[in-house]
Amino acid sequence: MSALLDHLPEFWQGLIVTLQLTAASFAGAAVMGLVIAALRVSPVPVLRGIGTAYVETLQNLPLLVLLVLAVFGLPEIGLQAGLQVTATVVIALYEGAYIAEALRSGVNAVSSGQGEAARALGLTFGQSLRHVVLPQALRTVIQPIGNIFIALTMNTSLAAAVGVVELTAAANRVNLLEAQPIPIFVGAGLAYAVIAACAGLVTGRLERRLAVVR
Amino acid sequence: MIRVQGLNKWFGEHHVLRDIDLHVAQGEVVVVIGPSGSGKSTLCRCLNRLESAGSGEILIDGVPAPVEGRELARLRADVGMVFQAFNLFQHKTVLDNVMLAPMKVRGLSRAEAEKTARDLLARVGIAEQAGKMPGQLSGGQQQRAAIARALAMRPKVMLFDEPTSALDPEMVGEVLDVMVQLAADGMTMVVVTHEMGFARRAADRVVFMDDGQIVEMAEPNAFFESPTTDRARNFLAKVLTH
Ligand SMILES: Nc1ncnc2c1ncn2[C@@H]1O[C@H](COP(=O)(O)OP(=O)(O)O)[C@@H](O)[C@H]1O
Ligand SMILES: [Mg+2]
Repeated sequence: MSALLDHLPEFWQGLIVTLQLTAASFAGAAVMGLVIAALRVSPVPVLRGIGTAYVETLQNLPLLVLLVLAVFGLPEIGLQAGLQVTATVVIALYEGAYIAEALRSGVNAVSSGQGEAARALGLTFGQSLRHVVLPQALRTVIQPIGNIFIALTMNTSLAAAVGVVELTAAANRVNLLEAQPIPIFVGAGLAYAVIAACAGLVTGRLERRLAVVR
Repeated sequence: MIRVQGLNKWFGEHHVLRDIDLHVAQGEVVVVIGPSGSGKSTLCRCLNRLESAGSGEILIDGVPAPVEGRELARLRADVGMVFQAFNLFQHKTVLDNVMLAPMKVRGLSRAEAEKTARDLLARVGIAEQAGKMPGQLSGGQQQRAAIARALAMRPKVMLFDEPTSALDPEMVGEVLDVMVQLAADGMTMVVVTHEMGFARRAADRVVFMDDGQIVEMAEPNAFFESPTTDRARNFLAKVLTH
């Protein structure tokens, strides 16, 4: 226990980095997911192809491989960025593919008559997606997106492998000093569990608030 | 107002519309009848390009239907469509359903759009339902809301695809009354329906379709009293005895 308490500042710093990684990459993934989902349901075959290629590529590579590639590969081609920024971008692009798939299943769950009615009124494809189809699609995928958020939170720990000192890396460093893995990693694990529990609460509330009367 | 010439439509190998020629004059009400699968819905959907035409020409108010993009959206804004399944936006109140397109497509301010919307909801007799969600309304009320939503765009033409087929019998009348009134006000209308009473009351012409073709076209009285083709006679015998 004292191993935890003696190193609270390090843990705290690690937790903050984890929260930063989580929040920033989830925001990025949400934007990316929206764009890719829009491509995947677009009436233009080329755009659909691009969306599909993106999802297939990113879902079929391990996140760790992508992180390592980005951290070591990008400087080779002259792109320099901080480790944490690189990790944030990579996680956002990766999780964006999963959010896109969740959104697409939501779009498919909205009856085709909704989009047709919107287009029959003169809304463009983009407008009908934005004002009619996506708001309804979102309501049906709050739970899956909440699960993606939790998975993303856990996945930020992979950034430790490329040198970002987030919660898992901080715990590892403390453990190297104290050699008390059980309390140290149980403590770190609890912090992740609290984040996941908060996400679960929020999604539950959103689902109830946004339920559509049918 | 609507001029269709040599329209053909295929779904894969399936030839769904065959050489359709149809002219609808300003203010005219054309009722389209025919057996299920004869292509009535497809014709309606081609008129506002929810389906693309295979070959042939469709002019709305003298303008050929554009292929894609903003031009097409503008054309659709001028052609109102009412669906069998109402298709009200489930996540918006009735009022917001009617206000959405005038604001986003015509650029009306919220205040202007709301005024028009409330006027139209009153006109179709559901002013007091404005704040409710579609799911809280009866089928007849939903369809009237859908008609108000289409009218809010001030369309040049209104298309109705079996607007009363999904309704309980006691609600058919309230929707037909709104449509009869609309016809009397001079709206150009194409109405796919099995309601022969409506055809007699409001139609200027009846178009009978079978197997993707226009088989017969006549004034309602002439058509119902003395259809000239066997196919129309058989069809009428079936629907009128039910
Ligand atoms: N999206 C589609 N894909 C393939 N076939 C279709 C599609 N829509 C309609 N059809 C076919 O086209 C024919 C005409 O359909 P439709 O226009 O809906 O007829 P109606 O409205 O007169 O009942 C039917 O045989 C139907 O099965
Ligand atoms: Mg039909």
